[in-house]
Amino acid sequence: MKPETILETQALTMRFGGLTAVGNFSAAITRGSIVGLIGPNGAGKTTCFNMITGFYTPTQGKVIFQGREITGKKPYLVCKSGIARTFQNIRLFKNETVLENVMIGCHLRQKTTWWHALFSLPASLREEKAIKEKSLDLLEVVGLRDLAGEKSTSLPYGAQRRLEIARALATDPAFLLLDEPAAGMNPNETRDLMAFIRQIRDRFRLTILLIEHDMKVVMGICEHIWVLDYGETIAEGSPDQIKADPKVIEAYLGEEAVQSA
Amino acid sequence: MDRKTKNILNLLTVAVLGVLLWLAKGHLDGYKIQILNLIAINIILALSLNLIYGFTGMFSLGHAGFMAIGAYVCSILIMTPGQKEMLFILDAPYPWVQAAQAPFFVAVLLGGLIAAAAGIAVGIPLLRLGDDYLGIATLGFAEIVRVFANNLPRLTNGALGFKGIPDYANIWWNFGWCLLTLYFVMRIVNSNFGNTLKAIRDDETAATAMGINVFKYKLISFAMGAFFAGVGGALLGSLLTTIDPKMFLFILTFNILMIVVTGGLGSITGSVLAGIGITILLEWLRFVENPISIGNFYIAGVPGMRMVVFSLALLFIILFRREGLMGTREITWEGLAARIGKRGNSK
Repeated sequence: MKPETILETQALTMRFGGLTAVGNFSAAITRGSIVGLIGPNGAGKTTCFNMITGFYTPTQGKVIFQGREITGKKPYLVCKSGIARTFQNIRLFKNETVLENVMIGCHLRQKTTWWHALFSLPASLREEKAIKEKSLDLLEVVGLRDLAGEKSTSLPYGAQRRLEIARALATDPAFLLLDEPAAGMNPNETRDLMAFIRQIRDRFRLTILLIEHDMKVVMGICEHIWVLDYGETIAEGSPDQIKADPKVIEAYLGEEAVQSA
Repeated sequence: MDRKTKNILNLLTVAVLGVLLWLAKGHLDGYKIQILNLIAINIILALSLNLIYGFTGMFSLGHAGFMAIGAYVCSILIMTPGQKEMLFILDAPYPWVQAAQAPFFVAVLLGGLIAAAAGIAVGIPLLRLGDDYLGIATLGFAEIVRVFANNLPRLTNGALGFKGIPDYANIWWNFGWCLLTLYFVMRIVNSNFGNTLKAIRDDETAATAMGINVFKYKLISFAMGAFFAGVGGALLGSLLTTIDPKMFLFILTFNILMIVVTGGLGSITGSVLAGIGITILLEWLRFVENPISIGNFYIAGVPGMRMVVFSLALLFIILFRREGLMGTREITWEGLAARIGKRGNSK
């Protein structure tokens, strides 16, 4: 089977005033793969995420998802087209329970609307029940089912990350963007996370793009990697190619490291 | 506890309330009945503001404006043509104002619907604002409505307002609408749609990333709140039998805001309890406005002293119990059953 491109960015550029946060970012991501976006702090990785998900309108360039251009679409429409994301600094709905957080994610594909709920039409009650079950199943997948009734903020850090992923999965995405999923995790949690990411990719037939600083995670699960530095794409390729690339070593460790190597 | 048991319990509560109201109507004097009526109306208004502010997180101070619209629309529809001829002494009313007539229920409903339409009209430009700015802008809206009422004598009889509005809003109508409001707000808040409103309140960015059309949902919630505010205003007009632009000053919004904050932003039971408590206090505290003598120390009666007491109370709530009476918690049948069960076990 010929590998099919699910998401393509063409010369994506974002300028804030005179500063070019991201310049000419072009990538083609194959359906079903796990790919990574790395780079030093401030390299423009999250800006790329924000352009793909519609939070920023790119100054130039195009985003094409499943053959349709989605450049500059509003975030909720991007999400509707099948792209879900998590945030670098976890953004759960704080006053809601774990279950409600996931149910809110399910709302996107809900067919009955507010006025169905207003008059308690049977169709609405039935669908809400189904949503509750679907949400509990998702919580089962991320291992939080027993905590469904807890306040979301009472969860430990790692569990909050998994809840955020469950919430994103609730929108039935085809493409998932994870912004530093391993941040703040200990080595054990990180190892579990890597297995977990592969598992959800297979189970929900996802394509996953992740930003990560933990090289063990990136090199361990990504099939293809893009490296950004000061907004420029300085390298791309398989983990082995990236590891050997002098430009990448320079960006991360400085010039002398390259000379001594 | 399954849905069926809960429905039976709810129906029983409504029946008990009905019997109590029937007894009250037979035994209490007019003044106390009036307080009961005000309780019902204040609960409607508090719930509508809680939907906007407590559940969706939109700081709106435009309630007096929506109430004014509801009150004027309803009053024009229920006054007889003869009454209107007598009333409009500044200028003759527009022919359609003179001719407009509707039964009470339809008049209240239309009052609410036109308030909701106004809510949508002002919501489209204003709801892009956040936090305090929205508060300021909606406060401005309420003032605009009042100024219009003052200066459109052919529609509103100007500063003189309406007198002798038929007093259809008896205890049954008021509590009927109150229960209807309670039912609808509960349905909304407990549905997944309600969850999305709370999501917007908690984190707008995350909500939009989850595919929620934040602006549309804010507008729906705002319009629904405006609808019930209009209904509350319409009932209030008919209850007091007189309305004029001066009645819809900011202080009216403030009273409702006080109920909502005291009860707890994001708690339906909180709004209901505070609606009852504060309405009673507002009347009971009238004694502080009377002349008081303590020993040979004499304090002359100061009108408006009640509001000083309330402002102090509100300050204390904000300082020491910011989340209000209930926070975002609710009293539910499950909660009550659990509590009774626990007490039974410990015996």
